[in-house]
Amino acid sequence: MKTHSICVLVVVACAITIGCRHDMQDQPKYKPLGQNRFWADGRDSRPIPAGTIAVDELNADDPTHTGQANGAFLDTIPLPVNMSLLERGRDRFDIFCSPCHGWLGDGNGMVARRGLRAPANLMDQRSRELPPGYVYQVISNGYGAMGDYADQIQDVRDRWAIVAYIKALQLSRGAPLSDVPDDQRAELTGSSTMGGRQ
Amino acid sequence: MPQYFSRSANTFARMTILALVSGLGLVCWAGFLIVRSPYEMMQNVPREQPVPFSHEHHVGGLGIDCRYCHTSVEKSAFANIPATKVCMNCHSQMWATSPMLEPVRESYRTGRSIEWTRVHDLPEFVYFNHAIHVHHGIGCSTCHGRVDKMPLTWQAQPLTMEWCLNCHWHPEQYVRPLDQVFSMTYTPPPNQLQLGAKLVKQYHIQSLTSCSTCHR
Repeated sequence: MKTHSICVLVVVACAITIGCRHDMQDQPKYKPLGQNRFWADGRDSRPIPAGTIAVDELNADDPTHTGQANGAFLDTIPLPVNMSLLERGRDRFDIFCSPCHGWLGDGNGMVARRGLRAPANLMDQRSRELPPGYVYQVISNGYGAMGDYADQIQDVRDRWAIVAYIKALQLSRGAPLSDVPDDQRAELTGSSTMGGRQ
Repeated sequence: MPQYFSRSANTFARMTILALVSGLGLVCWAGFLIVRSPYEMMQNVPREQPVPFSHEHHVGGLGIDCRYCHTSVEKSAFANIPATKVCMNCHSQMWATSPMLEPVRESYRTGRSIEWTRVHDLPEFVYFNHAIHVHHGIGCSTCHGRVDKMPLTWQAQPLTMEWCLNCHWHPEQYVRPLDQVFSMTYTPPPNQLQLGAKLVKQYHIQSLTSCSTCHR
């Protein structure tokens, strides 16, 4: 009986010590951004063949996707503009735009202050006059030294939300106090709490 | 017939068996501790990378949001390492001739991936979903630590099953308001347990601890 239990213990101990193989830990399966010696480029992720279009996503003539209609930039935002769109816009603006354009859109972001060639001041007269469709198109395709953000902001509704927020920023930054509803004026004159995280 | 063994040999034999059994137990226990030790988990060890990318500079210094680079964290199980193009958004102009960033520029020119060393490498029999965690009030820094203070990235938590379960058993100890999920400086308030209990209810957090939640 004693021999029996000692045998069991030895087997268990061996199983624990030789069980340190990593076959299950590192399985030979395709993983996001994984390495793969089978393919010449060494990647698990296979490139999507050029010209691939997802079902129902051609969108070549859809103004919401191009920012244009009949060859001209949209001068409206093709989504219902409400508080939730603006909140989403602020959220996305703070993530993707503020590093260069600044929390207030004045072109004074942290990266710009560290030496990036001066990004556009989104609050100047020229920027104020740009149609929303043009701003959308810059986000999607880039402009000058600014790379495109099509991959980082894949959902076109998010791009429009940013456009809407920029337009709201422009309005608010140039608005006279008399435009502010009576019951909210005290908030502004009392203290200068700006939106956005600092 | 003479007695070969003294009377005390009986005790000695019993002690030997006891020592053998408890010795084996001790070995198993030590092995168990070792495989879960910070050393074996490579916890707190900054990893060498092809480019010495500093979260301390980019997050702590410049204040860039986690999601500027890790764009898929809100939508996908996997929080992506950014494409080289994302680096080049700024580094086409800044430090554009720095030898340190040559692997980045080379990757951009040739289209070949930069081969980063993975820091948080869960075993592949574990399913983990980033999106569900960030949408239910689990902050980045809860699992990844103060990334904004890491010159080279290291693994701040043990990533053992016990560690996962600890939160799945007691989510109210860790959950935070949704608008604080991506904040690096958030510290739990003194009334965390009350706030946590409230948020657990509000975010409909289920305490999922069945095997197939993570081993699917």
